[in-house]
Amino acid sequence: MENPLILIALIMTLLPLAGSLIAGLLGPKLGRTLTHYIVVSLVGIAFLLSCYLFKVMVIDKHMSVDESFYTWATAGMMRFDVAFLLDRLSATMVMIVLFISFMVHIYTIGYMADDPGYTRFFSYVSMFTFAMLVLVLADNFLLLFFGWEGVGLVSYLLIGFWFKRETAVFGSLKAFIVNRIGDIGFLLATAAVLMHFGTLTYHDVFTQAPNFINKMMTIVPNVEAPVITVICLLLFIGAMGKSAQVPLHVWLPESMEGPTPISALIHAATMVTAGIYMVARMSPLFEFSTLTLTVILIIGGTTAFFMGVLAVTQYDLKRVIAYSTISQLGYMAVALGVSAYDAAIFHLITHAFFKALLFLAAGSVIIALHHEQDMRKMGGLAQYMPITYITFTIGALALCAIPPFSGFYSKDIIIDAVRLSTIPGAGYAYACVLAGAFITPLYTFRALFMTFHTHERTDPSLRGHIFESPWVVLIPLIALAIPSIVAGEMLLGPMLFYYPKMLGDSIFVLPDHNVINQLATEYHGSKLMALEAGKTLAFWLAMGGIFTAWLFTAGFPQWSTYLKKRFSLLYSVLVRKYGFDDFNQIVLVHGAQKTGHLFYDVSDVKMIDGVCVNGSGRFIRWFAQAARLLQTGYIYHYALAMVLGILIFLIWWEFYV
Amino acid sequence: MPSLSEFLIVGALLFGMGIAGIIMNRKNIIVLLMSIELILLSVNTNFIAFSYFLSNYTGQIFVFFVLTVAASEAAIGLAILVVLYRKRETIEVEELDALKG
Repeated sequence: MENPLILIALIMTLLPLAGSLIAGLLGPKLGRTLTHYIVVSLVGIAFLLSCYLFKVMVIDKHMSVDESFYTWATAGMMRFDVAFLLDRLSATMVMIVLFISFMVHIYTIGYMADDPGYTRFFSYVSMFTFAMLVLVLADNFLLLFFGWEGVGLVSYLLIGFWFKRETAVFGSLKAFIVNRIGDIGFLLATAAVLMHFGTLTYHDVFTQAPNFINKMMTIVPNVEAPVITVICLLLFIGAMGKSAQVPLHVWLPESMEGPTPISALIHAATMVTAGIYMVARMSPLFEFSTLTLTVILIIGGTTAFFMGVLAVTQYDLKRVIAYSTISQLGYMAVALGVSAYDAAIFHLITHAFFKALLFLAAGSVIIALHHEQDMRKMGGLAQYMPITYITFTIGALALCAIPPFSGFYSKDIIIDAVRLSTIPGAGYAYACVLAGAFITPLYTFRALFMTFHTHERTDPSLRGHIFESPWVVLIPLIALAIPSIVAGEMLLGPMLFYYPKMLGDSIFVLPDHNVINQLATEYHGSKLMALEAGKTLAFWLAMGGIFTAWLFTAGFPQWSTYLKKRFSLLYSVLVRKYGFDDFNQIVLVHGAQKTGHLFYDVSDVKMIDGVCVNGSGRFIRWFAQAARLLQTGYIYHYALAMVLGILIFLIWWEFYV
Repeated sequence: MPSLSEFLIVGALLFGMGIAGIIMNRKNIIVLLMSIELILLSVNTNFIAFSYFLSNYTGQIFVFFVLTVAASEAAIGLAILVVLYRKRETIEVEELDALKG
């Protein structure tokens, strides 16, 4: 290994793996305290290393490093290397992932304190961090796929962590299966890349990409499509699975069955961002396929608005946040669709902070109420849990894009970028993200008011026993609240408008698509942008959302009951989540079961058992019955047969040879 | 001196009688052995006839081999017959159908 930076990156990646193995294999022997000291400190060291890498790559503007340190396999002309690509994008992502992961590790000590699976949980969380780091640092499609599957597997384990609960098992299976659907797309894309480009290394693929603009490939006989569009669409199917875009979003709300720390880690900050990260990473491919960008815009826009609406009818605190995650991922997808990859990553970063904060604060509430998640049984908690309340509010304000919180900058940039974009579908997406700007505060503050304000609806047995969570829980909250406030203002200029940009040449944008450059002409500093927020439509929509939320929860709760009755049809559609789950359950699950039964009856019972297995037995019996008639036992019969045989052979010999 | 084809006709007749004896015989295994002997003799006749007309003595040497084999075969066959008779108390071909499937 020639480059020390790659060595550091490798050590950083392996530390969480080591932690995971120690906690998983030796955890029961080491005991709880020692295990969490070891695991948390390993992740902490990894986080420090990632900070160093971030400093070298981004602040000191080091050249990107791409180095292989192990050849996994060679097949003919193909070489499959385990190689890391360390550039500005991956260095930034790695730091965010490890920061959130580190906070979640600390938080876990408090949240999982009473759980019998304590060490197992640490093992999974560290393993998850390891898989995510591999995914981010990979320099080729195959290693990316390794990390991709790694996070999929560990998320399955984590969602089903409480494997005695039936709903958790169902949720974990659902997450796993839905992710597999996306993975098929990704795998096919990888195969297509290998077939047409002859390599899987990003650098080689991206440098060749411009030569492939007009190349066509045959999908089925007589149907041709541009190579790049096919690859990009398939890649985006993979991203849809991981990043929970309609219609592959159904697994994310179910995944709330896992413990809250993992909801924060997997479903807010890291795993679901894998799809967004992947598309940003592949920007040199996606830029050449306008069709794919349009598809991303439409799907992202739909996700951003319609999934946000669902959160309004949910009563489970974590599920509200889960739907808001889906909606925010929709925003990121829209940003990708208008080629504002930097803005997507920017929103990814700010979202990672405030969404992890919201989840962890929700977890703090859940601890205080002894694992009660239903908001109808909360209310008035602000007086008991002031720190949780303040941090939750900070997260909520950031999510609702209220200046000067971080979410304001990232979301506002996305909305502006969509407004300027000329890519087909941008109009629809613009309407969606604007409407989403109203819906987001509506559900967020509905949750906030229902949880922390209004009158107490908590279980009477809990009254008087509700206390603020321990420090080990509060420290991560505070540590996440600070970047939730300042990260947006700090990163806005460097990431989007200064030259060179923070992500530099990791991102490739065609000049025609470059909406961020157009925005740059209107940009006069982040403070001015916050001050001028009052001139934008999105800001007033957000304020309206907050006000509406107050009206219907705290102000006049009877109105919401009236609305439910007045629009009962719409309400039931929303409660049923547009019927996606019903559709999947009835058409896909039951359909698959029916088809399975059909195949079982026809092909298994009748064909294989009936014809092949028992049938061959029966045939041999029948044949033997017939054949034994020939065996008379009389020598002269055999002799006659022999003579006849010789005669026939001779005749054949004589006349035909 | 008869011609080659006359010898061959005699050989073929002997062979046919032997085969017919084996196939049509219903009664006695000894007849079966005799029929086999007849077949071997027809082969010998052919050997000798060819040997004479082609002036090649290999055929006659073969006849000695065949005669030797035939003699030992008859000896073994009769021995088996004796054992068989002791065991089954019959040498009727119709009764000997232990190979029947």
